[in-house]
Amino acid sequence: MNAPAEPKMMADIALRVTGLHTCIDASAGVVRPLDGVDLEIRKGETFAIVGESGCGKSMTALSIMRLLPEAAWIESGSVRLDAQNILTLPEYAMRNVRGARIGMIFQEPGTSLNPVLTCGEQIVEVLERHNIAQGAAAQARALEWMQRVGIPDPERRLTEYPFQLSGGMKQRVMIALALSAEPDVLIADEPTTALDVTIQAQILDLLDQLQRERGMAILLITHDLGVVARMAHRVALMYAAEIVEVGPRTAFFTDPQHPYAKKLFASLPGAAKRGEKLATIQGLVPPLHVGFTGCRFADRCDVVHARCRSEAPGWTETGAGHQARCHLLEQGGPDPVYLKQALAEEPHPEPVAEARRPETLGTQGFLAIRELKVHFPIRKGVLKRTVGQVKAVDGVSFDIAPGRTLALVGESGCGKTTAGKGLLQLIPVTGGSIRFEGQELTALKGEALRRTRAATQIVFQDPFASLNPRMRVGDIIAEGMGSFGIGSAGAERDARVSELLEQVGLGGDTRYKYPHEFSGGQRQRIAIARALAVNPKLIVCDEPTSALDVSVQAQILNLLKDLQQRLGVSYLFITHNIGVVEYLAHDVAVMYLGRIVEAGTAEEVLNTPRHPYTQALLSAVPRISASGGALVGIDAIKVGSELPSPANPPQGCHFHPRCPHAVDACRAAYPVEVAVSDTHRVRCILVK
Amino acid sequence: MQLTPIVLWSDALLFALIAICIFYARQAARHAHLRAPWARVRRNAAGLASATVLIPFVLIGVLDSVHYRPLLEAKAGSATARYSVEVKSLLDVVAGAALGKMIGKSEKTYSAPLATHAFSKETIDIPGSGGARQVREYPRLVAGGAHLKDPVHDWGRDVGVNALRGVVLGAVVWLALAFVLLAMAQPAPHHRLAASWRAVWAGETETPWRAVLLTLLAICIAGALAVTLGSRYHLLGTDKVGQDVFYLSLKSIRTGLLIGTLTTLVMLPLGVLLGITAGYFRGWVDDLIQYIYTTLNSVPGVLLIAASVLMMQVYIDTHPQLFQTAVERADFRLLALCFILGVTSWTGLCRLLRGEALKLRELEYVQAAQAFGVSRFRIIVRHLLPNVMHLVIISAVMDFSGMVLTEAVLSYVGVGVDPTMTSFGSMINAARLEMSREPMVWWSLAAAFFFMFTLVLAANLFADAVRDAFDPRLVVKRPRLNLIRVKAR
Repeated sequence: MNAPAEPKMMADIALRVTGLHTCIDASAGVVRPLDGVDLEIRKGETFAIVGESGCGKSMTALSIMRLLPEAAWIESGSVRLDAQNILTLPEYAMRNVRGARIGMIFQEPGTSLNPVLTCGEQIVEVLERHNIAQGAAAQARALEWMQRVGIPDPERRLTEYPFQLSGGMKQRVMIALALSAEPDVLIADEPTTALDVTIQAQILDLLDQLQRERGMAILLITHDLGVVARMAHRVALMYAAEIVEVGPRTAFFTDPQHPYAKKLFASLPGAAKRGEKLATIQGLVPPLHVGFTGCRFADRCDVVHARCRSEAPGWTETGAGHQARCHLLEQGGPDPVYLKQALAEEPHPEPVAEARRPETLGTQGFLAIRELKVHFPIRKGVLKRTVGQVKAVDGVSFDIAPGRTLALVGESGCGKTTAGKGLLQLIPVTGGSIRFEGQELTALKGEALRRTRAATQIVFQDPFASLNPRMRVGDIIAEGMGSFGIGSAGAERDARVSELLEQVGLGGDTRYKYPHEFSGGQRQRIAIARALAVNPKLIVCDEPTSALDVSVQAQILNLLKDLQQRLGVSYLFITHNIGVVEYLAHDVAVMYLGRIVEAGTAEEVLNTPRHPYTQALLSAVPRISASGGALVGIDAIKVGSELPSPANPPQGCHFHPRCPHAVDACRAAYPVEVAVSDTHRVRCILVK
Repeated sequence: MQLTPIVLWSDALLFALIAICIFYARQAARHAHLRAPWARVRRNAAGLASATVLIPFVLIGVLDSVHYRPLLEAKAGSATARYSVEVKSLLDVVAGAALGKMIGKSEKTYSAPLATHAFSKETIDIPGSGGARQVREYPRLVAGGAHLKDPVHDWGRDVGVNALRGVVLGAVVWLALAFVLLAMAQPAPHHRLAASWRAVWAGETETPWRAVLLTLLAICIAGALAVTLGSRYHLLGTDKVGQDVFYLSLKSIRTGLLIGTLTTLVMLPLGVLLGITAGYFRGWVDDLIQYIYTTLNSVPGVLLIAASVLMMQVYIDTHPQLFQTAVERADFRLLALCFILGVTSWTGLCRLLRGEALKLRELEYVQAAQAFGVSRFRIIVRHLLPNVMHLVIISAVMDFSGMVLTEAVLSYVGVGVDPTMTSFGSMINAARLEMSREPMVWWSLAAAFFFMFTLVLAANLFADAVRDAFDPRLVVKRPRLNLIRVKAR
């Protein structure tokens, strides 16, 4: 697999959007999610739109397809497909454009397929609707498409319903559906966000390959800069309803021009930034129902000057096809050197001293988990007899030392969240031992268990589901204190709540507000304050940043790191984001199907992975290289199909059906643990 | 003492319910998240107009729930005051003042709406020179149109004049009310009444005052007509025993309201408690509760209600010493009916809340509370209950109209309220015979139909508005034409 080739016919425009203005009638007033968007997509090109949530990426796609929600309308602008403005077409003509000329795939493959029709029926419907083929010919075409998108055993899959397919398979069917009418333009709205990295790599490869075969244009919408680096030929960065920078991929990644772009790159966590604070962007995205007079980024910009607030910046060309909207780049504006200096100085914040590193991984006495098992019974029949076990966690052992961070990584469904909740006794543990400060937690019951809960706390993934919407922030934080009788009720607890809110960077007066008044990042701060309220020694962080934008993620990671230094708490950090692991973790454990296949210090596991699964997982993550292309993903190690069901794991080594190095011995028995170094342990027979 | 107040059980419960509503309103006024959905109800024109229609119904129901026994004129030589066995309500006083002689058993039998003569011929003795002569003709009514000297000649003019007076009176009352309302609400800033009026009629106010005021106008005129015409004629005629049908309809409102609200009072604790318990604890608790409501649902509802009501009737008949007056006995049967209806109708809400609790218990804030060692009871009270309250409110408001209709059906079948208690159902039951006689007596049925229809329609529209405002899944969209307006370039 090579890096995406530059399209040959540069002048051949497939889709041209000019001056697109879209409005939504919302309760706050008329919101303008698109305010003058211009873009051109050439044939055979992948054009990526990136930006944080709410910047108007998806509205661009929906406006082009004219699939806007009922309260929204396109105010002005044009979308030209060849020479025709499709915004002026009547609805019946637009139906011939959708599917046949512009195809679209959505984020969630589970909800974009009709659950009561077979995959074949859905593809045939598209083919017949656009008069491409009828009857038996359409069936044959559908089969051909199933093969082209790489679905094994396509004859059988044609007659199956979406629920019988896995997530990655569904997205493949969705791609077949979108492409079966051979559109000139494919709009992919976050096509891999709901998928695991190994599956994401497969889907991205597929899109890439189909683009080569068919020479279609792809409009890729994503928030993941790694995916952009992997896929795009040209990139547009959106901010607050307009595009602020557009340019070829290499130029965009190596030499971003707009201060916002520079900040975004600086806030990406990674190994290189270990020990530093991540750059953060102050403030929040401005609301889109108010008018703007100057630059939309002015309030959050470090290099803002008077002109930014009075005059909206126009486009300035800084290189071949590379443009940005910023006064600093203009001729006669402030010297671009000033911009470079100002930004170069700022994002190097004070280096943070590495946390106290107590000895090695094997530190006993704080938290030691041995052979932890969490099984869920599968019940069937009238009498609900147990016919099997889902072994979500099947013999997991690890230690966490005080003040250190252990990252638990793995694909979704591998049992990492279950392990975290089992550790906290939020779900009943089937077997094994959890020794915390010399006390066996699994043996505790009732009141004794309740009392130990203060020492271990949890921060959840979804900041919108983890706070009770009917309680004030102050009450949410004080709940744990009340339950454990920490401090006397009244003034003492009030003072503690204010102190905690200050500690996580929110004012003490926010305590009287309700959660819905806060943004995602602020809610996650509240969740952290709630966990800290009972003075825990260990916090289980269950993907705490995966629902957040990059710039907000940086704030939360900085906060977590800062708290660890000040308070000496340990983290069990559950994540699938390798960048975050590199930035934050001291130790890493890789889980596969309920078991830890590799564990060690962060350097050992991330730099010299020994288990084939770790290697595949790390190589599947698209990342940005210094030269602006995707660093990996090009030579990604392909792993077959998808995660098997934990109810029925493969014989022997669980990974062998997907393993590129599998030998017969792998099928015989689960490999024993091999110690590569004092701290590095691997479960693979190939490792000696 | 001229009277002794009587608090029937249903009165006490109704006032308790009103107290709960006031308490909730105070809570809602203080908490932003409780206030927000009601503010959305306020912006809904249909919802607000139907609430305006419901207010007079509720007022009549509450007035009819303040009971007392008037003092009997003391017999000579008797030292102790004796009170009448007939229980009266405040509504009787108000209606007596407004409708005059029309209420009570004023006529002998049927008479058509606004009639001056009875509906059927009677044999009347006319005293004459040659002895009493017997004539069969339509006798004059005792109360209806009694003020007319020459009914045949004057009737049309008198009805017209009084109708006109009613319209004018209604309009005047409405104007006064509208001014007071607008002065209090001030939809336009700076106390500018003229500006407020203009904003209201242009439909520019955030609260749809125009809809409210138009509804209020209709209510005021209807009310004034009821006074001007109703005090001179039997507005909706009289029934078989000569009672004013309009007055009976007013008295029926309380029965309908009580059935609709008190049943909810019985149903809510059962449904909420069992539903949340089943969803939160799962396991055998869930199995048990599911089993109970599945079994209960499988028994035909009318059968169960009929059996229970008949058993209750036997109990009432065998324990006459428990009830001092006939009204108390009827009230006990009404309560029993509410209780039985409540016991048989909690299953829907319970199933709904069980599902919601199953979903909520997996939410992360509930797990966070578990991680804090918060007790199960506190988790249910603080984390689950407030988050299902919107469902409880929606279902309580939506069930109300269903209960009013159920009462009518049950009374029609004969297992509803006590026969001495006026209700829409018993009016319809009586109409069964009236409709089959020739010439047909239609006004009882029409009156019951009109009042019940208005009440239930208003309640349903209001329930729709409440559901739209409370259900987070429904996004209220303002309709907009010309969805795509493109300036071709």
